[in-house]
Amino acid sequence: MSAPTNYRYLETHEWHDLQGDTVTIGITQFAADELTDITFVDLPKVGATVTANKRFGEIESVKASSDLYSGVSGTVTAVNPELTNNPGLVNRDPYKAAWMIKVKVTNPAEVNKLLSVEDYLKKTGH
Amino acid sequence: MLKRTPFYDFHVSMGGRLVDFAGWEMPIMYRGIVDEHEQTRKSGSMFDVSHMGRLQFSGKDATAFLNHVLTRNVAEQKIGQSRYSLVCNPAGGVMDDIIVSRDVKNWIMVCNASNRDKLVKYFHQVRTDRGLDFDMADQTESTAMVAIQGPKVIDRIADILPVDVRAMKRYQFETGSFMLTKFTVFRSGYTGEDGVEVIIPAKVAGMAMKMLAGKMDNPDAAIKPAGLGARDTLRLEAAMPLYGHELGEQIDPISVGLSWAIDLKKDFVGAEPLRKIAAEGPRRKLVGLELDGRRIARQGTPILKDAKLVGEVTSGTFSPTLQKSIAMGFVDADLTAEGTRLDADLKGTPNPATVVKLPFYKRAS
Repeated sequence: MSAPTNYRYLETHEWHDLQGDTVTIGITQFAADELTDITFVDLPKVGATVTANKRFGEIESVKASSDLYSGVSGTVTAVNPELTNNPGLVNRDPYKAAWMIKVKVTNPAEVNKLLSVEDYLKKTGH
Repeated sequence: MLKRTPFYDFHVSMGGRLVDFAGWEMPIMYRGIVDEHEQTRKSGSMFDVSHMGRLQFSGKDATAFLNHVLTRNVAEQKIGQSRYSLVCNPAGGVMDDIIVSRDVKNWIMVCNASNRDKLVKYFHQVRTDRGLDFDMADQTESTAMVAIQGPKVIDRIADILPVDVRAMKRYQFETGSFMLTKFTVFRSGYTGEDGVEVIIPAKVAGMAMKMLAGKMDNPDAAIKPAGLGARDTLRLEAAMPLYGHELGEQIDPISVGLSWAIDLKKDFVGAEPLRKIAAEGPRRKLVGLELDGRRIARQGTPILKDAKLVGEVTSGTFSPTLQKSIAMGFVDADLTAEGTRLDADLKGTPNPATVVKLPFYKRAS
């Protein structure tokens, strides 16, 4: 099991990709595999506020539904339109095409408090 | 310590994700639930169902015994015929749903894995209490069973099995022999597709698996392994009830719409209360629901009409074939007409749904 080395992670399996003052968030392949075929992703609207360590949405599969957590605080500037009609994309391409939200962060350094890829993989038993 | 079926090594070698199911280590999936579901609907899948109980009855009072504990009238059942039936408790609630088959010298009953011990104890009690003369053998662990289901299955396996599968009608069964091995083949299933269920001795399962694994490993294989996850989404699309969801000791089968499997003119355990329910009409009835949105209404989801509680979901999923969120549930009898608009209460938010006719999916004949 591998994951992008330049992303940061929450133990709850959300990856964070900081570019400038925007953090893109999605979930890891491990989480997608555990959930199995994803049927629905509930995401906030553009303009909504997200808060570090609080839930920002929900993801559902045939097997179970699960909360989605943000590791950073800020305002949602973009929501992936692909996931409305094609939630299965999360299973197929979780790190790129199935990004979930983009957040303009109040404090870009906040992302450094999250887990590195090595720590994430260790914490999730890989 | 979980029990393993004779196909355990096969599950591991084919990448099965194993879980605890009724005390057995069973594959919930191999490649993915939706993949296996679609494979079954368009081609064929093989399911290991060895965990299900297989009981055999023989002797002088076997038929009379079965007629006493089953809702179906088995006295009229022909040799080579299989039938769906219920075993009810004295209050008319369901102890299990089973398939009972009449062979030349004995009866075969297939029951749910989770209810096998309960039924065996109950049947022993009935035999003692009524002084009946029959033998009962629990053949679950000395046999293995697979369900092979899908539109391409009959053609593919017709020449492998030692019975004339093509000539068998639905719910017929036959026994045949191949290399001194007894095969019992039933033309039945729990997926809504055509296909067979086959019982073989446990000791040849390994050899059978080696032969089949070679054929199923290829990405273009017509028949591939499928697990219990797909088995559940398939049976739900076909509106087949599942014990622990649509059926249970507190649920009468008339509310479930199973009057066709009950002979109320016969005397059997539970007949009296069922006659009463049939006469008065059940208070709640099982319906099918299609939700407007994609969220799944799982078992236990409250069903509302104008914010009032009128029912509860028994099973729900996202239907791979229909690409809709579907559910079955019990609803107050006066709100069960096709087209009735109801709400599934998902974490406090009403999700609109429509009552639809069952089954959700029916195969093209």
